[in-house]
This record gives sequence, C-alpha cells and structure tokens, in this order.
Amino acid sequence: MGRTLATLVAAATPLIYAAVGEAITERSGIVNLSLDGSILLSAMSGFAIAYTTGSVAAGFVGAAVVAALVALLVAWSGISLKLNQIAVGFVLTLLCASLSSYLGTDFVRVPGPSVQPLPIPVLSEIPVIGQAFFGQNLSVYGALILTVVAAWFLARARRGLELRAVGERPEAAHARGIPVSRYRYLAAAVGGALVGVAGAAFSLDQKLGWSDGHTTGYGWIALAIVIFGGWQPLRVAFGCFLFGALQIVALRLQPVFPGLAQVLPTLPFPLMIISLVIVNAPGLRRLAAANPKWGRLLLPDPPAALGRNFTPE
Amino acid sequence: MNRGPVRALIAVLVSLFLTLILLRATGAPPYESLAVIFDGAFGNPGRIADTLMAWAPLVLAAAGLVVTFAAGLWNIGVEGQVTAGAIAASWVARELPGPAYVLIPAMLLAGIAGGALWGLLAGWLKVKGNVNEIFGGLGLGFVALSFATFLVIGPWKREGVASTSGTDPFRPEAWLPTVGDTRLAPVAVLLAIAGIAAVAYSIRGTRFGLRLRAVGSNPASARLLGVPPQATLVRAFMVGGGMAGLAGAVIASGIQHKLVPAIAGGRGYLAILVVLLASFRAAWVAPVAVFFAAISTGAAQLQLQLDLDSSLGGVIQGILVLVFLLTGGLLTRWQSRKAAASG
Repeated sequence: MGRTLATLVAAATPLIYAAVGEAITERSGIVNLSLDGSILLSAMSGFAIAYTTGSVAAGFVGAAVVAALVALLVAWSGISLKLNQIAVGFVLTLLCASLSSYLGTDFVRVPGPSVQPLPIPVLSEIPVIGQAFFGQNLSVYGALILTVVAAWFLARARRGLELRAVGERPEAAHARGIPVSRYRYLAAAVGGALVGVAGAAFSLDQKLGWSDGHTTGYGWIALAIVIFGGWQPLRVAFGCFLFGALQIVALRLQPVFPGLAQVLPTLPFPLMIISLVIVNAPGLRRLAAANPKWGRLLLPDPPAALGRNFTPE
Repeated sequence: MNRGPVRALIAVLVSLFLTLILLRATGAPPYESLAVIFDGAFGNPGRIADTLMAWAPLVLAAAGLVVTFAAGLWNIGVEGQVTAGAIAASWVARELPGPAYVLIPAMLLAGIAGGALWGLLAGWLKVKGNVNEIFGGLGLGFVALSFATFLVIGPWKREGVASTSGTDPFRPEAWLPTVGDTRLAPVAVLLAIAGIAAVAYSIRGTRFGLRLRAVGSNPASARLLGVPPQATLVRAFMVGGGMAGLAGAVIASGIQHKLVPAIAGGRGYLAILVVLLASFRAAWVAPVAVFFAAISTGAAQLQLQLDLDSSLGGVIQGILVLVFLLTGGLLTRWQSRKAAASG
C-alpha cells in the first residue's frame, strides 16, 4: 500500500509540473497549446545537458529555459502580433516534437545521470504516507511544494489576484492600472519554465533517458488535466494523481489480460479526456448553474478571456 | 492591398535561412541535405509516384479540414478520423468477397463512413457535451489508435504470432491498382483532386458553404438569420470526418495494403499545417500539399544517404508554417503602425 502510493506520487510528478504550470499561464489568459512538443524538446535538452555536463541541476535549468522560450514565443505572437494562440501553439507542438527527434539522435538510449533519492529522516518512516511524500527525491518534493505555493498564490496573494483579473477581464484590469501584457508574459514564462521542468522530471527521473517520442501524449494529458482541475492547482494535482493511478491499474492489469498488453497502457489517455465529457455534461452544468454556491466550486468555468488577445486603447 | 505573395516569399526565404543555420549548427552538409530531399522526392519516376501517393491522402484530409475550419472548428481529431476510416476500410477488405470493382468502392465508402462517424462523435461531444473539440478530438484519436492496436494484435492478428507490425496483407483485389512498376495508384490522385475541388466549390458556391461560413464567423448572428449553429457544426464535422476517413481508406488500400496500429502516421496533424499554410483556402491546399508531401517523402532518403534523422523533414515543415504565421502578424503590425503614423 505504502509502496503503491509512493509509485503513484512519483509517477504524477512530471504531470504536476506541466499541468500546474499551464494552469498559471492560462489563468492570465494565454493558452500555451505547445505542451506535447515542448515537454519532448525540454526532456531531450534536459537529458542532453545533464549527460554532457554531468550535472542534473544544469539539466533541469536548461530544460526550463527551453520550454520558457517556446511559451514566450506563443505569448509574443498573441500579445504583440495578435495571432491566434491555438494556431501558433499547435505548430510549435509539431515543430518541437520534430526538433527533439532530430537533435536528440546522439542521446537515444544512452545511460545518463538521474535525480538521486533523498528521503527525509523520521518523516519518511510514517506508515502509509511516509514513503509516498517524504521518501522521494527533490524533483518530487518540488512538485508537491509547487502545488501548495501555486494554490496559495492564485487564491490569496495580491499578485495572484491581479493575474486572475488579467485573465478574466483584461479591459477592467487595464483600467485599474494593472499591466496586462507584463502579467501575461510573466505567466507564460513561469508556466513555460515549469513545463520544461516537467520534461526534465521525465528524462532525468521518472522515465529515465531519451528515445524518439519519449513523452508523446503527456502534454495533451496535462492540458486536459488543467481543464479537469478547473484551473485550480490543488485540483489539478489531484487530477495528476488520478491519472497516475489509472496508469498503475493498467500496468497491474497487463498480466491478467496478456492479449491487451499493448492497449492497456494507452487507455488512461482516452479515459482522462473522456472524463472531461462527464465534467462538462450539460445536465451537471445546469445543476451547477442552478446552485451557484457549490456549482462554482465543483465545476469552475475557464478564465473568461482565455486565448483572447487584448488591445489596450 | 495584396501582401499574400510578399508574405509567402519572406516566409520561404527566412525559413530557408533558419534551416540552413540549423543544418550547419548540427554538422550536417546544408545544401547537400536539401538536394537529397529534393532528389528523394522527384529524382526518378518511382520517387515521384511515392510523392504523389503521400500527396493524395494529405490533400483529402486537408480538404476535410477546410470544411471544419470554415465553421470555425479546430478539428485536431482529424488524425483519429483518418484512423477510423482506415479501420473501416480494412474491415471491408477482410470480410467482403468479390472482385476488385466491388471491393474497392466498398472500402472507400466504408472509409468515408468510418471517418464521418468519428467526426460525428466529436461533433456531438462539442454541441451536446460542451467539450472543446480539441480535447474531444484528441480523446477520440487516442481511442481510434488503441482500437487499431487492439485489432492488429487481437482479433485480426497475423497467422501465428501477434505483432504490432500489422495484420496480414489484404488480398490483391483490395489493393488500389497501380501504374507500371511504380507504387502510383491513379485512383488515389483522382480522388484527392475531386475531393478538394468539391470542397472548394461547396464552400464558395452552395448553401452549405454559406451556412458554414456564417456559423464560423458569428454563431449568434447566424442563429438570428435562421441558420442552426449546432446542426451546422455537426454536419461540418461529419463532412470533414468523411474526407479524412477517405484519406484513411486510401492509405490502407493504396499504400499499406494492411492495417497497422498507427496507420494515420501523423498525416492528419500534417494536414492541419497544410491548411494553416494555405490560409484556410481550398485553392491553395493542393500546391501547398505538394511541397509537404515532397519533404516527407524526400526526407526518408536523408537516413539512407547522409545518416541524418528523417525528422528533419518535420522540422523544415514546422519552421516554414511558424515563420509564415509570424510574418503575417508582423506585416499586419507594421502596416497598422504605418497607417497610425500617417493618419
């Protein structure tokens, strides 16, 4: 039980970085659709840098920079060029995926460095949850801390509230003197950097090494989990744990249904996205609208200005 | 003011420049690499045939996307619709007896039906389930991929050992007839030309196209004018999915001659790039797709001749479309600044 829980928390870690990062970006009104490609590119870059320099930390930093640049490109094309963020993000998804294959050929299946385990004394001895939350490594602790900090920031901090105002009603925020574009660029850079950390958390910890299409699919899952989690970091992290659990169940079921060995591991992907259908079911939506008090809590709406470019005038 | 050609020229030059820098930086011979791609796409009749066979399904999928884009939809589920069409066509190829002139039309129709069904599901999710078509389409794409994998290793597995390399080949009657000793199947090319022509006509010259564009540009006023937005969106998904499904049938019957798990092979996603570069216009899809098909086909030679990864083709395609989009944005900004300065 304790060990399964530990596996689950570790498996969810890269997704938490990516999905919480994307939630921060989207809260400002910018959609960075490029996740599936930028996670691949940063996973490859992070591994390549760590392999070349021998420093895992340098790998994480390099990966964060790569994905932050991609996110800033999306933000720039939306904020300054008034382009469709979905279109630019989608092109970058494919471009980054191809780039990761092309630039990563020298690093395919070479053994490289990885994040070292760092159990916290005493706390990791707690039954059931000790190993899961305190018997891991810095990458996993970072994701857990990020979730709590991001949740606090968006719900309580003044800057967090201003960031949300920018994503909900940019015109009103602008009228009150909040620098809309600056917040959006910052949110894209921070969210993008976290997406990059997700890539490094794959290639340097959870899915060690590099191969062609190493993390394909996880970017789309992260984007789906952001919606599933209603743009709220705690719920987004819960969605990541849920996905991790689905993956573990699929793996455990493999020996039971040997004929489905190739299919089962892919099932969590459609299941996750299909769960969006249920979350968005019109009946549930009507109930939520009729009871705004708990409806808002259970079925939050997207940021009102999501993906909409803003022209101050 | 027509800045289309200027924009295209700038985009081509800039992306060529970026590609050459990338090649030099990664230690690849820049001009030789491009020459190998060109030669790999057009160097002899066999290669031209391969390029045309890559072109046909790409044009069909892109034609379907022109329909859904006209209605303002991001049909990223096109990849799944291609897969669904290929599965349906493969099912007919396996089950239906009879000669080629019965079997092949049946396969193509089954492909259309399979793709349309998958499009219909995405459309329902969108209008009934309130699910953004990007995620509904992706989810359905994963489902189609899982289903194809399941068929290949399960019920339709090869004689003897199951393997993900595909089913047994279809019987010869299910193969699109080819010309000479090349792999060119004229039926595929004709279908692609007919498909894109039909879409070009129906977008501009029919009630259906008018409705699509009305809903695509402003759903609220379309409703006021008596165009039901939801029904129109679902119809767009079915037509777009049907074209993508036909592309899948062409791949199964004209290229693979069997069902493989990832039978769409990213062609649906590539078709989205084609339509973006064609600025959503049907008339430009066919020439733009020639370029994309040539790069995809030619890039296969990179591995054989220069030991470069064939993903370079995808890099070039991606750079070109990205630069094209950014150039459009920059030109617009530059013009509006000039207008503001002079006015």
